[in-house]
Order: sequence, then structure tokens, then C-alpha cells
Amino acid sequence: MVSTLLHPGLLIIACGVALGFLRGSLRSALALGVPLAAIWLVLAAPEGVAWRSTYLGLDIVPFAVDRLSRLFALIFAIMAFGGALFALGQPSRLELPAAFVYAGAAVGATLAGDLLTLFVYWELMAVGSMLVIWSAGTAPAYRASMRYLSVHLLGGVLLLAGVAGHVAGTGSAAFVRMALDSPAHWLILAGFLVNAGAPPLSAWLPDAYPEASWSGMVFLSAFTTKTAVYVLLRGFPGTELLVWVGLFMVFYGIIYALLENDMRRILAYSIVNQVGFMVTGIGIGTEMALNGAAAHAFTHIIYKALLLMSAGSVLYATGRRKCTDLGGLFRTMPLTAACGIVGALAISSFPLTSGFVSKSMISQAAGDEHLLWLWLALAAASAGVFLHAGIKYPWFVFFQKDSGLRPSEPPLNMRLAMLLFAALCIGLGIYFEPLYALLPFAASYVPYTGSHVVVQLELLLFSGLAFFVMLPMLLRTLTITLDSDWIYRRFAPVLVRGVEALAEMGWSAVRGRTLGAAGRVRALVYRFHGVGGVLARTSSTGGMAMWVAVLLAAYLVVYYL
Amino acid sequence: MSDHWLVRPSTIRRMWAGFIAVLALTVTAELFVAHDAHFGVERVFGFGAWYGFIACAVLIIIAKGIAVFFKRPDSYYDEDESRG
Repeated sequence: MVSTLLHPGLLIIACGVALGFLRGSLRSALALGVPLAAIWLVLAAPEGVAWRSTYLGLDIVPFAVDRLSRLFALIFAIMAFGGALFALGQPSRLELPAAFVYAGAAVGATLAGDLLTLFVYWELMAVGSMLVIWSAGTAPAYRASMRYLSVHLLGGVLLLAGVAGHVAGTGSAAFVRMALDSPAHWLILAGFLVNAGAPPLSAWLPDAYPEASWSGMVFLSAFTTKTAVYVLLRGFPGTELLVWVGLFMVFYGIIYALLENDMRRILAYSIVNQVGFMVTGIGIGTEMALNGAAAHAFTHIIYKALLLMSAGSVLYATGRRKCTDLGGLFRTMPLTAACGIVGALAISSFPLTSGFVSKSMISQAAGDEHLLWLWLALAAASAGVFLHAGIKYPWFVFFQKDSGLRPSEPPLNMRLAMLLFAALCIGLGIYFEPLYALLPFAASYVPYTGSHVVVQLELLLFSGLAFFVMLPMLLRTLTITLDSDWIYRRFAPVLVRGVEALAEMGWSAVRGRTLGAAGRVRALVYRFHGVGGVLARTSSTGGMAMWVAVLLAAYLVVYYL
Repeated sequence: MSDHWLVRPSTIRRMWAGFIAVLALTVTAELFVAHDAHFGVERVFGFGAWYGFIACAVLIIIAKGIAVFFKRPDSYYDEDESRG
């Protein structure tokens, strides 16, 4: 059977390598055809272990499928298709190949049945995504990609150390559910959380992603954080710590996005916010919550990509990223604005959009467990999502004021990609049964009840009222808000420079002292052995003969004594 | 030259009126749907409305509070990084 012989992740990676050498319509055909083939392979692959091997005496399972991994592999393959369609006109020759290696590695990570295979794909994702950022070709993008890589290599080291400890402790590399009962498992969790954008290193995401090109960030938004959600779902469901981590991410994302001026950094903070909902769901750990987290990852990838496609189209057409420079673009970019609004409604979980049918499962799980404070926090956060992403992004970019910009709509392929994903956002909101059928556990949840729809509409519409009433407090300025990246971008360099200066001073003091002592010794040696020194003079042959005679005489005397 | 119809003051006034009507309508709709609330607080009339508004107001105020300490010009990192 071809579906067990051909690994969809490796297929996408191989396609990425091939794309580097191709041009023209063959390149476009391959870039669109291979993700479609991968979608088919993922759906056709039977559950169970497809490939098995041994390495260093450990069972290695590079290709295993179950309901959870199929769901994530499927959405990653769909994302590769949508992203490729959007990026066909990208002039960078490196970006699309790098993005395919990145996407294929993400698929590979979800289909990995053991921790060693997972680690290999994990690192390949870091390299692929770093190249996507790098291929934007600007100096800030290069520096951001280096910072990004440093953080992810640190995450990789944590993960590898944890995996080594786990293998040493259990003798097995199988990727199974883990409890926080050993340092190795803490290390694995830490490695996973770095990629999820969890505190304290969450700043890597809004620092690096917005430096990618107009198409690059569409890919970046999907894979790294959602692979982390997947591994947390598999490895640490029901770990209470994750509820707290997730809630922190939810509110951190909202507050930083509210203060942000760069449209793509707003959306980057909102990725952390949305992943926070998923991490919270994983922490709750009931079947309903885990289903909700998995479904939310699936719908999130689509609407976040749609939002970033619309932002990417604006960047492509105007070359501008700051809300203070933008505004009023609905006049000449109505389609981009409409697609952006659909994405914004979906991320806000408006009824009849995909976000509504997925996120409400997480709130429902909190309610079912009678966790009142958590349920209230999630409701407040839902209102906050509409505030920071649902209204703020479309309002400041497409309405707000007339910036005087009159850009035209992006090329056909970019419009088609946006329309496809907008259709998915609305389609999954109405016709949600196929998604529910793919979830890891049997889903009997009914999203559309009268009370649920009304309460959600109240929450969202009144948060909209709050936005417009408090608009003077939300007007954008040419500012950024310091985040934890300040520690390695500002504090650490200052610290290193300070230590360097101190070391310099210490060294010169030490050198002064030792040179004094060494100088005296050197002068003494020079006095005897230097030019004209007593022991360096040439002596006459007669003198030498006399001294030899004296020595022999002295020897004779000593002998007879 | 008259601007786009969507940004004329008369349209904006009408949109505000429409928005307030929709807000009133959603709160009224609560009277006509069966409650499947988990918690007592959810049964308080107009829960989503007042809770959503207050939550957003509090979030905006917290954000402004954080901005007092952590806001910097957006060229903050430019100079030291162009060196390295």
C-alpha cells in the first residue's frame, strides 16, 4: 500500500529540496500538487505503526498514525497547500523550499512514534523556520533569525537532555504520556514549552516572526507552536501546571497586543494568546478539554493563516507594517479587508465561524469540571480576543483614518488563497461535524445552543462597545513594549560589555604588577648576559688556557685533600 | 470630492444607532432562550454583556498601566543592534 510506503512529511521535505532547483510552472505545479498528495496520504494512512526500526538498541518508530497525529498532520498538510498558493509569487528563491522543509518536518514530528525521531524533526523545524525568516533578506530579519535560532537550539538541548534521561530511566524511547516525576520529564516539558511560546521565553515569537517576508510569516504562524501543542497533548495531558501557563499566555498575548503598533506583531502576540487557550485545555485534561485543544489548534491554523495572509497582502501592496501608517485601505482592497474580517471574526469565536465550534469546548470543559474561576478567566479572555485581534487588527489597518494609501488588491493566487481559507473558516463554523469526527475522542458536544450563542454574542458585542468607547486609550503610538527578549537583547550585552571592561581593568592591573617583577629579573639577566654583559664577552684563547690551567690545578688540589 | 459613503458622518451616526440596537437585541434575546448555565453568576441578567464590557475595560487599564513602565520608542533596539 502506497500510503504506508510513502511518508507524507518526507514527501514534503523532498519536494522542498526539489523546489530549490526548479522554476516556472513546473515549480508551481509541484508546490501545489505535493501538499495535496500529502493530504491524501495522511487521510489514507491506516492507524497503527507503519515503519519500525532499531537504533542503538532502541525501538524507533518513524511513522505511526493515530487519531491525534492524523488530525495534526492533516492540518499541517492543508496549511502547506494554502501557504504555497499564497507564496507562489514570492521572489525569494529560498523561502518556499525552506518553508516546505519546515512544514514537512512538522508533519514528520506529528507522525513520530518515538522521542528520538521527534527530536530529529524538531531540530529540522528550527532550521527550516530560521531559513524562512532569514530569506526575507533584510538585516533586521537576519539578526532576528539568529536570535530565533538561539532560543530554539536551547529548547532543543533541553528536549534532548530530557529524552536522554527518559531513555536512561525507562530503557524505551517510545513517545508516551509522561508525568512530572523526574528531572528528565521536566526537561522534556521545558523543551516543548519553549516552542509553544510559553513564558519566560515567549518573546521569541513576536520578535522573530514579523521580520519574515509577507508570505513567510503565514507559514511561520502554523507549525512550530502547534507542533508544541500536539506534543503537549500527547505527552502531558492533564498536567495542572499547564492550566496556569496557558492562562498566563492568554492574558500576556492580549495585553501586549493591545499596546502594539506593528500589525503583524499584534497577530504574533495573538498567536501566543490562542496557544494559551490550547495549553489551558491540555492542562484541564478531560476528554472534552483535549478535544477542544486539538480542534482549536486545527481551526486556529486556518484563521491565523488567513489573518496573516491579509496582513501579508497589505504589506505586499504598501510595504508598511505600522498601524500609525495604515488605515482606510478598505477603499481599494475590499477583498483583502473582507477576508481579514472573516479571520478576525473566526479568531474571536463568533457564532458561525470555526473558532466558535472549537474554543467553546475548552470553556465547556472548565464548566463541566466546576472550575468557576477558570471559566470566568476564559470568558474574560474571549472578550479580550475580540478586543485585541477581532476589532483592533481590521479597524486600524482597513478603517481608522484615511492614510491616503490607495494600494490595489494582491495578485490572483494570493486572493485565491485568502478566499479558500475564509471559506474554510465559515464552512467549519457551520458544517463542523467532519472536524468533530476527526478529534482524538468521540465528540458529542453541541456548540449551537440558544444560551451559548446569546452569551457569546453579548460578550463579543459588548467588548466591541468597550473598544469604541475607550478608543482614545487605544490609539497607536510609535512605540514598542519591552518583553523578556530585553534580557538577551539589551541587558545581557550591557552585562557582557561591563564584565569585559572589568576584566580589561583587572588584566591591566595584574600586568602592571607582574611586569614590574618580571622587568627586574629581565634587567638582571640582561646585565650579565646582554650585549657587553660580563658573561657574554668573548674571551681570548690565552685567557681561556689560563682559566683551564687554574681549573685543573684546583681539581688536583681538591683530589689530594 | 465626497469621500467613501462608509466614512461620511451621517453613515457613522447611523451605524452607531444600528450597533446600539443590536446590543439591545442580544440582551433581550436572553429572555427567550433556555439557560444551560453551570454557575449561578451566569444566570444574572445580561451576564455576557456586563462581564464582557468590564473585562475589556480592565484589560485596557492593565495594559495602560504596564505601558507606563515598559513602553519605549520603536527605534529602541535599532542603534545597538546595527553595530553587531
